[in-house]
Amino acid sequence: MKGKGRQIYLDHAATTPTDPAVVRAMAPYWTEYFGNPSSLYRLGQTSKKAINQSRQIVANNLSGQPDEIFFTAGGTESINLAIKGLLSAVKIAEKTNHFITSAIEHHAVLHTAESIKKQNQEVSILPVDDQGIVMMPALKDAIRDNTVLVSIMMANNEIGTIQPIREIGAYLQKLNTERLARKLPRIFFHTDACQGAGALDLNVHKLHVDLLSLNGSKIYGPKGVGVLYVRRGTPLTPLIDGGGQENNLRSGTENVPDIVGLGKALELINKNKVKENARLIKLRDWLIKEILSKIPKTRLNGHPSTRLPNNVNVSILDVEGEAMLLYLDEVGIQASTGSACTSTTLEPSHVIRALGCPYEVAHGSMRFTLGKSTAKKDLEYLMSKLPGIVKRLRQASPVKIDPDEVNRAIKNAPRKIINLS
Amino acid sequence: MRVKVKQKKSVAQDIDIVPQDCKESWVYTNIVKDHFFHPQNLVTDANKISGYSGLGMVGSPACGDMMKIWVWIDQKTDRLKKMKWQTFGCGSAIAATSMLSVMVTEKGGMKVDQALKIRPQDITQRLGTLPVRKIHCSVLGDKALRSAINNYFVRTKQKSRIIEESARMVDKFARVTDRDIEEAVLEGAKDLDAVQKKTKVGIGHPELIPEVEQLIRFYSEKYFG
Repeated sequence: MKGKGRQIYLDHAATTPTDPAVVRAMAPYWTEYFGNPSSLYRLGQTSKKAINQSRQIVANNLSGQPDEIFFTAGGTESINLAIKGLLSAVKIAEKTNHFITSAIEHHAVLHTAESIKKQNQEVSILPVDDQGIVMMPALKDAIRDNTVLVSIMMANNEIGTIQPIREIGAYLQKLNTERLARKLPRIFFHTDACQGAGALDLNVHKLHVDLLSLNGSKIYGPKGVGVLYVRRGTPLTPLIDGGGQENNLRSGTENVPDIVGLGKALELINKNKVKENARLIKLRDWLIKEILSKIPKTRLNGHPSTRLPNNVNVSILDVEGEAMLLYLDEVGIQASTGSACTSTTLEPSHVIRALGCPYEVAHGSMRFTLGKSTAKKDLEYLMSKLPGIVKRLRQASPVKIDPDEVNRAIKNAPRKIINLS
Repeated sequence: MRVKVKQKKSVAQDIDIVPQDCKESWVYTNIVKDHFFHPQNLVTDANKISGYSGLGMVGSPACGDMMKIWVWIDQKTDRLKKMKWQTFGCGSAIAATSMLSVMVTEKGGMKVDQALKIRPQDITQRLGTLPVRKIHCSVLGDKALRSAINNYFVRTKQKSRIIEESARMVDKFARVTDRDIEEAVLEGAKDLDAVQKKTKVGIGHPELIPEVEQLIRFYSEKYFG
């Protein structure tokens, strides 16, 4: 970053830099061991071995079996495969399938939900509480006789809230026993763990999940590679047909270097998880306290403690997120906002809106996501700049939002199940 | 199995897909950037403003942009002497209002009738263009200015000049104006689907939808808070 002064990257939820150890692990598989894993000669078999090694590493980290691990081209593909693949594989006689998900899912899930709705499947979207946690009673209400899949994210990418996946999984497991007796279809459970994989326990048995998606680019691994865990006995129809790679579920010549990189990244993450989480939580809580105490008219979005160790999301009232983001960029700080002005539509963050926040609160939301390289002095630098930027933009703003009104709006938010039909 | 591969120190230099200015690239033009970081004629304390000829305000915090414009008009020459403003909004909204304030006050001040004719594209042109998806952020400035000038007409009792903001064509294909959308909202259409059912606005022309949605939200705010 020659001549640009200090650069502080606080957008690790968007993507992480690839760990040099991961790059080193990938290096031989570009030019030296470039063989097609489907080829029988030794060069091909070397690639195949590398993939299977990585598959074993992923399986170990998820406490699953290697034959339950499928490599894809990223988190979005894993999610699409899990949802579309399951809904088209499960056939209920003369009935449409019902799919349940939540209002704060990533677009990879929500836009997939819209797409399957167009194919005449039924979709219900669960509300979250004012701290962004999926409401269990709503899940129980939403389940129908023809429900076949529930998909809830492990942790939210914008506000970092950690969802009760174990509880939901255990509940569905118990319910499935009853449903079996009543000859109702089994409900499968998918979790989008893309954002949670860097910090949370991915043991698929403890989580009681049938399907789990994760990707490389959020865990210091390469971009463009993902994993779908598929519990044995979970029916899936492939989205991509071809040469029958990945046990016929995901055709196409395997992306050997990225697959190797993903395995390495997951291994590194899990080795340091406990220590790194504790370090990040300290930094996170310091930053939250600083922002809320040093900048007036701010509110924390999400849960104060049931949140990812690296996630800080605050709404700064009376100012617009993109303007803050540009000022921060000018002083070398990279962050993110839920303002509509950074999206391709005019809609501000659906996640902040789902908390019950009015539009203007979403427009002023800022997300700072910390990472391995983040030190206390970086956050101190942020705090040496942010209050001044906010003050300046507030002076220029004709808007004066009443925080009590915001609180009332959040309290009175409807929080209903939305049925797409 | 692992083989150490020597890596060149600066791989990027050999690769021609690294953008030349990758460290410097900004989503906006330098003119936009300049107006954003150094806004002209900005009001920092609205309480201290007095003696203005007219005040106008458009937008709402809910739709992401809100503007307040004060104008000082010389009644003898019928020119704008001064324009001050406040904006809640993103980079383009702030830069566009700043540029507008320069446009109407430069060269001895713009004639009032001329100022009334300013369109968003005139401002965008002076800014050296905006990213397509940000154009909507710049469409409120001219409206706020017209509203401020109109307020001046009212305050100075120039009855013949007071303008009812005429309807503006939003969808030339379906021939739907902003008034039609306002009417639809007043009749209870609260979202795009409902307004489309009443007006057919934007159907088959998805590029118009963002503006239609902004108008729906704007009018919903205006009438139903």
